[in-house]
Amino acid sequence: MSPRTEERLVKVVLWAVAAVVITILLSIVVHVMVRGIPSVNLTFLTEMPRRMGKEGGISTVLAGTLYVVTLSLFFATPIGVAAAVYLAEYARESRLVSAIRFSIESLAGIPSIIFGLFGFVFFVLYLRMGWSIISGALTLALMILPTIVRTTEESLKAVPSSYKEGSLALGATRLQTIFKMAIPSALPGILTGILLGTGRAVGETAAVLLTAGSSALSLPRTIKDPARTLAVHLFILSHEGISMEKAYATATVLIVSILALNSLTTSLLTRFRQRLMQ
Amino acid sequence: MPASISHPATSKAKLQALRKKPVRKYLSLEMAVPGVFLLSASIVMAAVAVISLFVFRSGIPLIQKVGLVSFLTGRTWDPSAGIYGILPMLTGSLLVTITALVLGVPVALAGAVFLSEFAPITVAVVLRRCIELLAGIPSVVYGFFGVIVLLPLLRQIFGGSGFSVLAGAIVLAIMILPTVLSVSLEAIKTVPQEYREGSLALGATHWQTIKGVVLPAARSGIFASFILGMGRALGETMAVIMVVGNTTRMPRSLLDPVRTLTANVVIEMKYATGDHQQALFATGIVLFLFIMALNFAARLTFANSRRSK
Amino acid sequence: MTLAIKIATKNLSVYYRQLQALKYISMSIPEHSITALIGPSGCGKSTFLRTLNRMNDVIEGSRVEGEVLLDGQNIYSHGVDVSEIRKRVAMVFQKPNPFPMSIYDNVAYGPRIHGLKRRGVLDEIVERSLRAAALWDEVKDRLEKSALGLSGGQQQRLVIARALAVRPEVFLMDEPASALDPISSGKLEDLLFELRRDYTIVIVTHNMQQAARVSQYCGFFLSGEMVEFNQTKTVFTNPRDKRTEDYITGRFG
Repeated sequence: MSPRTEERLVKVVLWAVAAVVITILLSIVVHVMVRGIPSVNLTFLTEMPRRMGKEGGISTVLAGTLYVVTLSLFFATPIGVAAAVYLAEYARESRLVSAIRFSIESLAGIPSIIFGLFGFVFFVLYLRMGWSIISGALTLALMILPTIVRTTEESLKAVPSSYKEGSLALGATRLQTIFKMAIPSALPGILTGILLGTGRAVGETAAVLLTAGSSALSLPRTIKDPARTLAVHLFILSHEGISMEKAYATATVLIVSILALNSLTTSLLTRFRQRLMQ
Repeated sequence: MPASISHPATSKAKLQALRKKPVRKYLSLEMAVPGVFLLSASIVMAAVAVISLFVFRSGIPLIQKVGLVSFLTGRTWDPSAGIYGILPMLTGSLLVTITALVLGVPVALAGAVFLSEFAPITVAVVLRRCIELLAGIPSVVYGFFGVIVLLPLLRQIFGGSGFSVLAGAIVLAIMILPTVLSVSLEAIKTVPQEYREGSLALGATHWQTIKGVVLPAARSGIFASFILGMGRALGETMAVIMVVGNTTRMPRSLLDPVRTLTANVVIEMKYATGDHQQALFATGIVLFLFIMALNFAARLTFANSRRSK
Repeated sequence: MTLAIKIATKNLSVYYRQLQALKYISMSIPEHSITALIGPSGCGKSTFLRTLNRMNDVIEGSRVEGEVLLDGQNIYSHGVDVSEIRKRVAMVFQKPNPFPMSIYDNVAYGPRIHGLKRRGVLDEIVERSLRAAALWDEVKDRLEKSALGLSGGQQQRLVIARALAVRPEVFLMDEPASALDPISSGKLEDLLFELRRDYTIVIVTHNMQQAARVSQYCGFFLSGEMVEFNQTKTVFTNPRDKRTEDYITGRFG
């Protein structure tokens, strides 16, 4: 085969691969949503599930998701942002700092099932929190912490040093410069990290299954109550063959939430880049 | 003509007074707040330690009781009889993972080459967005997709139930696509432009240049992407549970149902107590060590690739 | 005419790790005047400038020896509040660095940092500072617009206004005109003349003509040493050191 024909052949193959990848994505999203959308309506979103979810809606599941995810962000955001500020603005190369960086990378590499195991033995059993919103949220918080730290650190480092120098030169202290200059400038980037973490938390199943419980379908009243999230609900509906129709609808709601978070992230990132480009 | 600034003594004194207080307040904060930052960073460090400690502590006793070798090589998993051998699950995990790599890696690599070398900008943008979306879709949705599309398809083609190593591998192949693709894309993009130009200047075609110069130069980064993809596949839980059938027998072909290490943990955790529960943690430990070793290997490969440039 | 000395350095040396970037500089900068620092790239003039308000502290691994006296007080002695020093000694950088916020917020940044919150007072300071920086007329209708939308020359005057708002006594300027077009550069020079009446200005420049035009005093730096410091007229017409003459007449650098 001459180099030319080979090149042409390769191009055809690569285009085909690209087409396959796009088709796979579209077929997943479209297949699920086409069957799911007809069942998604206001009643579905606002009604309690009945008979294990075979009938009724997903209102308590939505509430459970909201509680678990919000609470996990409540724990992970301040710690993650503060850790990132330390790494970006204060850390000098030292043993401690490389140990911290190593820990963050390790934490990011731990599979979610291990987080689930840990959350179960530590929060549920050892700290006697039981299968509960709080156990699930704390477990998820640990899981999304590396995402928030990394994204925040990167966006803080992307703030031009001329801004920081300008602020210092006006007599601002280091802390004032961080809070009034660096963090506001990096805010879209920081929000991106939080959104990415939110996406992970919303979609996570294994870790939540082992820590927040799965059987509860009633409305949780305190953070000590168990809760079922959308992802767990979808798993149970489908895996235990309870109702495929409801599974499709639940999957649709899940996909739409993730897509919404995803596009919000993209637009924020674009704005962030534009802002720092000038 | 710009006006000049005058400094009347009175207003200056007033301003000074306004300034003084807050500055003091900030100065004491100036010492305390970085401490809080450091504390937060240390929490991350402590988390890794506590996670390892508790997972290991909860599983090691059983490994000691059963013996590491018989735990890893035992072919029977029968908690009610107190027999804990995870060889079927270990085999299952590796089989599913390796098949997934065989299916997914060529596609991912081709996608990376296409994106960096051939794709027109508009197509590249669309493809990138698709890959970002693929990365963001929760694993339970992939599992669900497997159940509703893949299993019926396999049933039609091969007969049987459809629950199989192959079903798990196909779902995982799609799931690791974004990881492998984006990491190897990064590696390909860091190959210096001069290499390409050097090769093209010798009369090589674009593809010859990629094959002969670009891919070899990026090989350690590409290799790292395989390792990372392998780690993701091994650690993946929900999608796999939903399509592999979860029997604890040793698989004999790719069409046999199988149970992975991750599935073992999730499926039995709800009702396990005592030794049984510890055995599940022990399963987790094996998985944990496997994946940490893979991550470490990927890091080393990366470090090497950076040094060689 | 007797001259009040605003800033004096005594045996000032700066080290970056092992490297000595400034060598035993002793210099007296008169009040209400413009002092230009000239010399080839890497001669230490920017380093010197940054020691005068302790912006060198920001650079990792830098070390200062000797004294910098601001109104007779050593700014490097123990217990000195660095923010206070930087408030009194403002700095304008080579590349205009407006913050990514509105024009108003840029100018109000300093006063706010130092605890001023009342909108009325801030409004007044912002207007006065922008007027003094000869920018008011150009931006008064778009104070809430992003500062990043201004032209380079406007940005540089904005940065000066921002510094004026904290009521400094000294202005340090590191090649403030090098990123500007000739017209903006001219406006900036006019502004410097105006500011001279109330402030002490130290300016680093590569541009000989500019140094000759705007400054009353001039220091020539070479390889971390101060070769010559005198009235600008003298330095340019009758330099005492051969190296100064070579540099000014363009024979090297």
